[in-house]
Order: sequence, then structure tokens, then C-alpha cells
Amino acid sequence: MQPNDPQVKWIEEPKLGLAGKMYLPLFVQGLAVTTRHLFSPKVTVSFPEQRPQIGNPLIYRGVHRLNKDEQGRVKCVACFLCATACPAHCIDIIGVESPWPDREKYPQSFSIDELRCIFCGMCEEACPVDAIELTSLFDLTGRSREEMIFDKEKLLSVYDQTKDAEPMKSTACGGTVT
Amino acid sequence: MATDLPSLMQNVVAPLVKIVLLIGGLMTAAAYFVLLERWMAAWVQDRRGPNRVGIPLTRIKLLGLGQPLADGIKFITKEEYTPAHVDKPIYILAPIVILAAALAIFAVIPFGSVLPPIPGIPGLDKEPIPLLVAPGLDPSLVFVFALSSIAVFPVILGGWASNNKYSFLGGLRSSAQLIAYEIPLGLGILGVALVSGSIRLDKVIVDQAASGVWNAFLQPLGLLVFVVAAFAEAARLPFDLPEAEQELIGGYHTEYAGLKLLLFLVAEFLHMITAAFLIVILFFGGWHLWGLTGFSEESISWAQALLRIAVLSAKVFLVILFFMMVRWSWPRFRFDQLMALAWKVLLPLGLVNLVVVAVMVEYGGTLKSQFGGGVYWIFAISGWLALIAAWVVAALVSPSHDDNTPRRAAQKFDTEAEFYRTF
Repeated sequence: MQPNDPQVKWIEEPKLGLAGKMYLPLFVQGLAVTTRHLFSPKVTVSFPEQRPQIGNPLIYRGVHRLNKDEQGRVKCVACFLCATACPAHCIDIIGVESPWPDREKYPQSFSIDELRCIFCGMCEEACPVDAIELTSLFDLTGRSREEMIFDKEKLLSVYDQTKDAEPMKSTACGGTVT
Repeated sequence: MATDLPSLMQNVVAPLVKIVLLIGGLMTAAAYFVLLERWMAAWVQDRRGPNRVGIPLTRIKLLGLGQPLADGIKFITKEEYTPAHVDKPIYILAPIVILAAALAIFAVIPFGSVLPPIPGIPGLDKEPIPLLVAPGLDPSLVFVFALSSIAVFPVILGGWASNNKYSFLGGLRSSAQLIAYEIPLGLGILGVALVSGSIRLDKVIVDQAASGVWNAFLQPLGLLVFVVAAFAEAARLPFDLPEAEQELIGGYHTEYAGLKLLLFLVAEFLHMITAAFLIVILFFGGWHLWGLTGFSEESISWAQALLRIAVLSAKVFLVILFFMMVRWSWPRFRFDQLMALAWKVLLPLGLVNLVVVAVMVEYGGTLKSQFGGGVYWIFAISGWLALIAAWVVAALVSPSHDDNTPRRAAQKFDTEAEFYRTF
């Protein structure tokens, strides 16, 4: 950029009035704003005792769960679409022949590495049978890396834990798959 | 030197007790003011602030009042890291000097009025005990000034010894700023000294208490100049250029960690407490409150003595609350604006105040014989008129609003090489 560049335009500062030069409006405004906020309600919460309000749990992307159907079986059909869609490669599925007549395969093992997961929700989008969903649980902790790899039982237990508070999204959102 | 028991009690034991009480109180106060500062920061930003740490090893939280203790333990147990590239003796000396100077100022700052004589203790059973470590030091304001000037050196030394460009810039800024603002600070005090006829802080309080008219009402211009200069001397926002985080990382204490950093931070808070004490003592009547505290230093009851300490502490606390509110209320000054404010605005305003006060003192005696107590109304009105007039004039001339936007007169260059040759 050259100083005589026709693209360069110098903009003059607005002129201050007498009050502005006396520093008065800034003085009053600044003090008024801080005083108002000093007594205004707090926006943070005392976390472990008080849980923050999650806007809409149906679209929140927290810990995964594996949904069950009416007979209590895992809904997953081991199609690998979620594992393929996952940009973080954190889903590991071993699919075997299904013991049930309504599908060909089911997951013998289904594990998600929650530490690798970036919570993008692509698995949820990809799933053709709405078996994998993201819940609104956000305080995910563990004492070791191994503990943070959630296997099938753990993911199903997350479903049991959250099914009452968060119904399956397919029906709740007016979807067609049951 | 007399070595009998009464004078030993009076001259050695009593000052030692006062020193222990004062240093203990100041350190605790500084620690809790850190907590208060964090609370104020949080509340102004709609947060809750530190409210977890209570009694150690229990689940009692006490609104987070244990936080200073936890902070202290954290600072002390942190690694005492000294970078390899520093000038070691000076690097270690700087935080020690700044804290020593900050504490030594309190030798002459009264933290109350007097205590009644305590019967049964030799040496202390006859006269009231002044709540002042070094009573009777006549030039006590000069002492305060001398020590607050010493506070410039550790900042420069720390910045220099750190051997780091950011630290050094912080130190340089601090030296320029502190030296510039000593002058308006002194001019603000001169008006008070003229009215009281003394530069002893306890005498200044007694004077205001006796007349019942605080200096703030008589010379608001002096108060304005003094408060602004005190903010700059304590390096508080909006004048915290020496450690402007956005520009200089941590300023002069960038390279410090652990206990040495703690010394710097405590010294900063002590500077703020000193400034608050001086503002209260010089302009807001110290321990005096109408109808509550009385004004005599000769005969005093215990209740009155404690009440005076409470009034002084409450006033200092309010001033410090104001310091903390200001921190979040106004943006930081640019460095050239800071210098312009000191030399082109506060210095002339301080001189105007001095002239007005000098005229008041000169004609005060004759006016008093004519009007009696009404003379204070005349003084107050003239003081406020001087404030408004001087402020408006300063705003109209507006030396701190110089337009110094960096720009180059538009110039025609035929080739790019020609343009770069001009650098």
C-alpha cells in the first residue's frame, strides 16, 4: 500500500463538543454501566450444585447414546455409515450376522472414543435407523483414557439414563422412522 | 538515651507493637483487597467471582473468604524461577525494595486518632497513645513523597534487570509516568498544607476535625488534581500503562514468578491503600465525622477512639471501592495523552488551585473577623467556581486532545522503488 494510493481514504475523527472535552459524558456513562452491571443478575451458574439451562436438548450435541427399540434390542444395524461419516475416526464397530429376523447384521461391539470425538453430529445425521444420537449430557469426565472409550453397554446405558428426559429425536422431531 | 522502664515502653515496645499490628493488618488487608478486586471484576462482568474456598479441609465455603490464603499458598509453593538471562542481584533486589518502600510509608500515616492512656502500664499511663508508628515526625508528607519516589526505582530496576524488551518498556513507561505525576500530586497537597499550616498528616486531620469543614469542600480542584495523580501514581486503570497487559504482557514484572511476583503485587495493592489513605486524610477529614467522633485529641474515651478507627477505615474502604469501580469503567489512556494530561492539564490546574487557596489563606483572617463561620461558605463557593472555570478552560484549550494520527502528506511517486527509498 502506498500513501498516494487512490484506494486509501483518510477518515477524520468526529470533533468533540465541550462536554466531551471535559471528559464528562464518558465519566458518567462508564460509571453508570459498571454500577448497573454490579447489581444486575448474574449470567453464570454455580456449576455442580446448579445446572446450566440447555437451550434445546433435542439439538444439543453432547455424549452419544445408542437407542433401543421397543423390545429392548439395540437399534443399530451395523451399516457403518456413522463410522464412515465420522471425521475424527472415533467410532469402531464390529458387525456380525444378526440373530433377529428383521435385519441382516447387528453390532457385536460398538465403541466410541469420546476423547477423539469432536461432537460434530455427523454420525447422527448419517444413521439410517436413528440408532445413534447425541444427548444433552455435557459434563463428561473420566480418570483414564480407557474409561473414555465408551463400549456398547455404556452407550446403551446412556440411553436408559436419558430416554425419559429426551425422547428419541426421530419421533420428537416428527421424523418418519420409528 | 534514657533506659528506664517508662521511656523504654514508650519509645521501643509501643512502636514495635504498632508496627506488628500495622504490618499484619496491611498484609491481611492487601490479601483481602485482592479478593475484593476479583469479586468486583466478576460482579461488574455479571459473573459470581471466587466463592468456593472456605475453611481448609472442610466443606464450609464462607463465600470464598479462604481464597487469599489459598492464593498465598499457591504463590509461595510455586517454582521460584529465575530466567538465565537476568541480572541476578538487581532482579532479586527490585521486589524487596518496592515492598519495603511501600510498607515504610505507613510509618507516618495515622491509622486512627489516639488511644486513651492505659493505666497500669508504665510509660503509657499518662498521655494518650497516638495511633501512628512515628508520631511527632514533622515533615511526614515529605517522608511520604520521598518513599513514594523510591517506588519508581524498583520498577525501573526490575524492568531493566529482567533483560526483556516488554519488561524494559514497562519500566520506562513507569518512570516517565511516576515522575510526571509526582508534580500534580505535590501541587494537590500544597493547597492542603497552606490551609493547615502543617505537613503533618495527624495535624491535617485535627485541623479539619476542629473546623468541621473537610478540605474536599474548600478546594475541590485540589481534590480533583490529587485523585487523578494518585490513580496514576498507584498505576491503576485508566493509567496502568506500566503493565498494560494487551501491549506489554505483564509489564515490568513479566519475568517474575512465585514469591517475587507476590511481593510486586502486594506492593501494588499497598500503593493503592496508601493513595486511599492520603485522599481520605488530606481531603475527607480522616477519622472525623460530624456529630459522631468529636474533634479533641486531648481527652478521649475508648468508645470514641475505636469509633474514629472505624470511621477512618470505612472511608478508606469506600475510596478503594471507587478505585476498583474505576478500573472497569473507563478505557486506558494512550501514553501521549497520559503525559499531556500530567503536564498540560493537571499541572496548570494544580497551580490555579494553589493560587486560589493562597488568596483564601491570605484574606481568611480579615474575612473571618467580618463574617465569622460564614467565611467557609465564601471559601467553598470560590473553590467550586475555580474548579468549574479551570476545568472549562482546560477543556476548551484541550491540550490532551491533540490530533497526532500518524500520517504522511500525500506525495506522488512514479515507481514503487522511489516510494521505498523515502524510508
